[in-house]
Amino acid sequence: MVSLRSPLKIVLLGSIGVLMTVWVVENPQDSVVARLVTYDKVWGLLLQHFYLVGASALLAVVTSVPLGIALTRPRLKSWAPRVLALVNVCQTVPSLAVVALSVGFMGVGSRPAIIALWIYALLPILSNTLVGFQEVDPAITEAAHGMGMKAWRVLFRVELPMAASMIMAGIRTAVTITIGSAILAAFVGGGGMGNLIIAGNNISRAQVLVLGAALPVLMALMADLFFEGIEKRAKY
Amino acid sequence: MIRFENVVKRYPGEATDAVHNLNLEIESGTICMLVGPSGCGKTTTMKMINKLIRPSSGAILIGGRNIDTVDTIELRLSIGYIIQDTGLFPHMTVGENIAVVPGELGWKKDRISSRIDELLDLVDLNPKAFRNKKPNELSGGQKQRVGVARALAGDPPIMLMDEPFGALDPITRARMQDEFLRIQEKIRKTIVFVTHDVEEAIKMGDTIAVLKLGQIVQLSSPMEILSNPSDPFVSELIGGRNSLKMLSLMRCGQIMKTLSPAEVEEARGSPQGILGMKATAQDALSEMLRTGERFIFVEDERHDVVGVLDFENLLERVNRHGITS
Ligand SMILES: Nc1ncnc2c1ncn2[C@@H]1O[C@H](COP(=O)(O)OP(=O)(O)O)[C@@H](O)[C@H]1O
Ligand SMILES: [Mg+2]
Repeated sequence: MVSLRSPLKIVLLGSIGVLMTVWVVENPQDSVVARLVTYDKVWGLLLQHFYLVGASALLAVVTSVPLGIALTRPRLKSWAPRVLALVNVCQTVPSLAVVALSVGFMGVGSRPAIIALWIYALLPILSNTLVGFQEVDPAITEAAHGMGMKAWRVLFRVELPMAASMIMAGIRTAVTITIGSAILAAFVGGGGMGNLIIAGNNISRAQVLVLGAALPVLMALMADLFFEGIEKRAKY
Repeated sequence: MIRFENVVKRYPGEATDAVHNLNLEIESGTICMLVGPSGCGKTTTMKMINKLIRPSSGAILIGGRNIDTVDTIELRLSIGYIIQDTGLFPHMTVGENIAVVPGELGWKKDRISSRIDELLDLVDLNPKAFRNKKPNELSGGQKQRVGVARALAGDPPIMLMDEPFGALDPITRARMQDEFLRIQEKIRKTIVFVTHDVEEAIKMGDTIAVLKLGQIVQLSSPMEILSNPSDPFVSELIGGRNSLKMLSLMRCGQIMKTLSPAEVEEARGSPQGILGMKATAQDALSEMLRTGERFIFVEDERHDVVGVLDFENLLERVNRHGITS
């Protein structure tokens, strides 16, 4: 059972974001802020941010989960530590450097931003997928094989459901981190809430700066609660 | 019938065989117990039957067919498999667990559903109450019942059971053993049952194969094992008190002296203990000790006294098997 508390909290956090936006739009410091912060613009940036996070997280899921599954098969098992180490190393490179590097390859825009964010989202999902599958009791999979289930049925009907909540926890971490990192996309013309922060900083308007910082934080908290709910539901 | 012909299994990198030149024949419809200390090769022997482990050499035949020539999935679907802690899938309900093999066999939904109810009834669990429970809501004994039901789901002619009752407390274990024997009387499967518990082997087995270091040191009936242990290893394994164990194998109904109607009339109203036909000779002895008499009466299912069992009779039975210890 998922408690009613987390949907309530999500609605509460969302309302705070709406109220802050309304406050800035209806009571701008001056005409500069009034022109910069409109409902349309905030909504547009929010959607962009959402797109950056969604695309990179989705990319990370469809690469990490199959990779994690492959690396827990008997034949590829021995590769798991090496691959994990490699992904770990990628993680330690400063995010700005990765963003800059991907711009070097792909030019400016949302694409290099998504690639950079994807690299960061890989690790938590991959490592959790590995752990999730490794934690499945070998006696259970052996029983499944012994009963006559085909290998792919054992994978999809026994192992994957048992690893699901662990994988969801990895996705939860990845998405929460990515919502924060996606601010960097603004530096390479990728858009998102980072635009507000940069603009607010350039024109030294605290209202804009605060709104630009607060909205991603609220988004991250909401995503965390949302995926926590899914994670609990996936638990058997 | 299951037949092992010179089966050898040596794990890679090991200096000795885990199973060494094993020859064994298991009659259809009987329970064969593999018993021996930990590490003697019981599990390895069992897992070679459903191809979870491949023999290094030798052949295993089921119904005359070498299992190498049988499709692995097809073979396994025709063999029920139960392990210690049952191996129930924790994310599936009891019903879903039981439905796995029928599902793999491609049965229709309502056939599977009625099979689930039928099996839960067989293992004495209320279908309505248990179908939708998850394994972690069950007690150890209930899990084991579900494990038995799941293994029987596809109505396989053969069952492999690896220390299925090993994790249960002694009282629950004894009850599960009794109930399993009751079920086996109805279903008559060919069962290979692994245990390290000699008492369990004696109680459950039609035949017992005693294993030591991957080899069978004795293959015979429980009575024969108790009365004629083939070597010191077997005697040590079965421990002392053989006569008591043998008494536990004899049923009052089989060894009693039948009474004539006149004698029954005479017996009526006498204060001696009365036992059912299925009670063991050990129960009879215990009853004699309790009442302080040298005989007890035996009654049938309708509670009519039909026979008598006396102490001299028990003594003679045990001595006939040449017990000295
Ligand atoms: N996968 C394995 N690799 C190497 N040795 C094994 C393996 N499985 C079992 N053994 C060894 O084979 C012997 C028999 O094991 P097993 O059949 O499990 O015995 P039992 O079930 O009687 O306790 C033991 O010495 C055990 O250590
Ligand atoms: Mg074993």
